[in-house]
Amino acid sequence: MLSIFRKEINSFFSSLIGYIVIGVFLVLMGLVMWVFPDYSVLDGGYANLNTLFSISPLIFLFLIPAVTMRTLAEEQQSGTIELLVTRPISDWQIVGGKFLACLVLVAFALLPTLLYFVTVYRLGAPVGNLDSGGILGSYIGLLFLAAAFVAIGVFASSLTNNQIVAFVLATFLCFFFLLAFDFLSRLPVFFGKTDDVVQGIGIQYHYDSMSRGVLDSRDLIYFVSLIALFLAATVLSLGKRKW
Amino acid sequence: MSVKVTHLSKLFATQRAVDDVSFEAHQGEVLGFLGPNGAGKTTTMKIITGYLPASSGQAEVCGFDVALHPMEARRRVGYLPEHNPLYRDMYVREYLTFTAGVHGVPQAAKRVAAMIELTGLGSHRHKHINELSKGYRQRVGLAQAMLHDPEVLILDEPTSGLDPNQIVEIRQLIKDIGREKTVILSTHILGEVEAVCDRAIIINRGKLVADATIEELKRQFSGQSVVTVEFAEAGDQKRLAAIPNVLSVKGLDKNRWQLHAAVDHDVRPDIFAFAVANKLTLLELHKETYSVEDVFQQLTK
Repeated sequence: MLSIFRKEINSFFSSLIGYIVIGVFLVLMGLVMWVFPDYSVLDGGYANLNTLFSISPLIFLFLIPAVTMRTLAEEQQSGTIELLVTRPISDWQIVGGKFLACLVLVAFALLPTLLYFVTVYRLGAPVGNLDSGGILGSYIGLLFLAAAFVAIGVFASSLTNNQIVAFVLATFLCFFFLLAFDFLSRLPVFFGKTDDVVQGIGIQYHYDSMSRGVLDSRDLIYFVSLIALFLAATVLSLGKRKW
Repeated sequence: MSVKVTHLSKLFATQRAVDDVSFEAHQGEVLGFLGPNGAGKTTTMKIITGYLPASSGQAEVCGFDVALHPMEARRRVGYLPEHNPLYRDMYVREYLTFTAGVHGVPQAAKRVAAMIELTGLGSHRHKHINELSKGYRQRVGLAQAMLHDPEVLILDEPTSGLDPNQIVEIRQLIKDIGREKTVILSTHILGEVEAVCDRAIIINRGKLVADATIEELKRQFSGQSVVTVEFAEAGDQKRLAAIPNVLSVKGLDKNRWQLHAAVDHDVRPDIFAFAVANKLTLLELHKETYSVEDVFQQLTK
């Protein structure tokens, strides 16, 4: 698994993919955080990072599928998958290595945003007047959200040998899990307790809950199961030649 | 027994790609896998490497059933798939190092360097795989297949698309490896089988139609001997057919003929006598032995 992880990371950074993903994310985030007047922290009047945590999922919605789309689709297209699955490693190791590599790339993109935290911390009046616990919770939530998106993306990539199909499918699935359940729960057919259940299937609900700085085991279990579900589906889909 | 295949069958939807095939390959042997396109060569190889599951029957590598002990079997197999898939955006050495890592090869750097040396990739080791010519890519494919020192090598059309010089080099390489390991190589170039293989298996429409050494195959199918003869003067088919022991006559060019005779009798002295008796000038007299081509054509008709 380590070999695959290392190879994927190398391929991100020996091609432009890695730098573009990190660059695009930071430029977009920087613009929204500090320049665009409607969202800018400087104009907001409050020392918080809400903008970062509400905009990041939307950027990830496009950026993560772009990172993951080639992981398995390209291997299937070029036929290298045949060599990979006949080597003495399990399909779980292949999928796991690719999943972790993409996740680490996304984490690299998030890392510099810690500077924003420091900036806002210094700008607060008085200095340090900031909900650090909430921000820590939000970062953990954002990482879990990214991990879920990566798992969805890798799964979409395993379904096809066309990278564009993988990208579109992954974006759709990520959008669906992030927001669609939230919206669907407002349909009048879901009333009483059922609308909570429908909302709870979506990512947004759990992400918001983690953003409050409370690490609820239910949210953790939700994210871990969602990730495990999509990774298992990926392994299953990789084995489709055997059906 | 390095590779043992017993009653192997593979069904794709309704088509029988491989139909009750059984054979064995031994250590120190290069086994040729012959058959027309779509005969089931590649499918059989994919089953032995564990890429595809068999519909029924078994494939064993060094005593390990590929379906029941996949990891043990995979560790012992080096595989070069049909179109030699490679990561084109990687460097030669980077790719081989990655492969060594996946296999958990001890002292990977040393082993990679040795493989680069063996396959003659030395001057190209810092190149992108993308930049390599087809022949050199094929060498990378062979290098990755042999990297973990497997006991069994499965090569699916290893020389396809190479120029004649490269073909000779790759064949020599395979032959050298075949002295110690078990090599199964598929091809539809018949000359390759004669040049490289100790034994050949011919399959047609999924069924095994021959399993023998090259000599046995030739002997088995040379029921007749064929003699080509050319005279300076025009000959007469009927008179040629009247030569003792000649079974049939076929005209090739104007004054060239192909005579078929019983295999146990050398008809050449009779032809010479015929030429002398009829005052014909003999320009060519040549006895042909059956080639693998003929055997192949007869078996896969």
